[in-house]
Amino acid sequence: MQVHVVERRIKPALFVLCLVPAVSLFYLGFSNQLGPDPAETLVKDLGVWSIRFLWITLAVTPLRKLTGQSWLTRLRRMLGLYALFYVSLHFLSYGTFLLGWSPALLAEELVERPYIVVGFSALVLLIPLGITSTDGWRRRLKRDWVRLHRLVYVIAILAMVHFFWTAKASYYEQVVYLVILIFLLGFRLIRPARAAAR
Amino acid sequence: MLIRIRDESAPAPSEITPESVYRDRRRFMGQAAGLLTMGLGAALPGCGQAGEQTAGKAGHGLGAKLKSVKPGPYGTEEPKTPFDDVTSYNNFYELGLDKADPARLAHRLPTDPWSVEISGAVEKPGTYALEDILKPHALEERVYRLRCVEAWSMVVPWIGFPLGDLLRRFNPTSAAKYVHFTTLYDPDNLPGQKRSLSSIEYPYVEGLRIDEAMNPLAILAVGLYGDAMPKQNGAPIRLIVPWKYGFKSIKSIVRIHLAETMPRTTWNKSAPHEYGFYANVNPEVSHPRWSQARERRLPSTLWSPNYIPTRKFNGYGEQVASLYSGMNLRKFF
Repeated sequence: MQVHVVERRIKPALFVLCLVPAVSLFYLGFSNQLGPDPAETLVKDLGVWSIRFLWITLAVTPLRKLTGQSWLTRLRRMLGLYALFYVSLHFLSYGTFLLGWSPALLAEELVERPYIVVGFSALVLLIPLGITSTDGWRRRLKRDWVRLHRLVYVIAILAMVHFFWTAKASYYEQVVYLVILIFLLGFRLIRPARAAAR
Repeated sequence: MLIRIRDESAPAPSEITPESVYRDRRRFMGQAAGLLTMGLGAALPGCGQAGEQTAGKAGHGLGAKLKSVKPGPYGTEEPKTPFDDVTSYNNFYELGLDKADPARLAHRLPTDPWSVEISGAVEKPGTYALEDILKPHALEERVYRLRCVEAWSMVVPWIGFPLGDLLRRFNPTSAAKYVHFTTLYDPDNLPGQKRSLSSIEYPYVEGLRIDEAMNPLAILAVGLYGDAMPKQNGAPIRLIVPWKYGFKSIKSIVRIHLAETMPRTTWNKSAPHEYGFYANVNPEVSHPRWSQARERRLPSTLWSPNYIPTRKFNGYGEQVASLYSGMNLRKFF
């Protein structure tokens, strides 16, 4: 794939595509089409989209290695930033529509609800990755950049724990995402080990 | 002996909107919605399905009974949650996990014929056709608050009769300390009962202490908003115990069993630290994952979320608080 096709065609198209879930959710939410309890639906759906974007970002490297399509790496930063975007919207919607930014409620949630703390930690850890995603930071940090960005594995595990904790009558959805995550993380553990053995 | 307790907060019969008026309102809303969707180019798929589940399907000898429904006690004057919300936003996991699933899959619940087994510590056990169960009971409308454990709530005009009246007909013996209720188990028709990785077991089981069951607030409901019970709301017969979280109000009952022992109820078995046997609405005792201090009264919107403080026993303390005097409600949550 030629660089200019990726940069001029694929990237802009993907940029718009990634915005679709957020735009449609907020449009449906504010036009009263998310059912009688839109706050709950909006926050939950944004949470699932956060996980999806994290997983898609983590899938770029395995996909590149399996298909040999090296241009895929050029999409990784944008996908990662979208993951941060959706996690932020998830948290901001939770704070706005479910807590009304009441300091007392927020404090209670962060002290008494461990699954909120786990989810919040994932967001906090994701922020430095977003900030240092630029070329400038990458150059400045050199090898440390790679080490810092390995935090994404920790973030993914925190997100998975948070998601599991929200399950009520069924673990079905959670288990589907867990199996995908195990593959995405396992790929990184097994490939280097095999390469070393050769 | 029938003890009639006068309730000051109950609306006088004359204050209640006549059926013809609210039916007319629904027709008007339906027409308005129809015009809207035409204008928007059918932007709301599935809208209006809910109504079709109920329209004109009053089996089990309910047809005549529904025409002579009397307003019952303990009503509230709070605005009712619209029919479409009551019938499209449901937790009925036998029909799916999403709130919209029960309305979508409601047709799969077989409700006719329907029978209820009355068993255990009663003098007249047996399996009775629903028609025979209902025959001697006059129906009344009870406008109750419904508080879900998930921190949302509705106001619903149920139609039913006191559970205690039914239990007395079958002469409970002195061994009847608890009432166990069971929902229909029919995995061929109810997709949720076949799902793998479910954290709850089927059939769904709920229960009450006998004095709770005999409290005049507890009813068996066979309808809502003037019509037979929509399937997604637990047709053809369900329990309503408005001072407890919604999951206690078991749907689509096939068995009522009286016993000396406390039942192992479904949610309690699934997560005992989160769902107690009593499950009385209590703003002071948080669910481990969220606060129960307030609730979103539906319909809620993003513009105005309609948060209200949750009341102890869902505001029915006057009728039921004495059932729990001396009990530590933090321990027996």
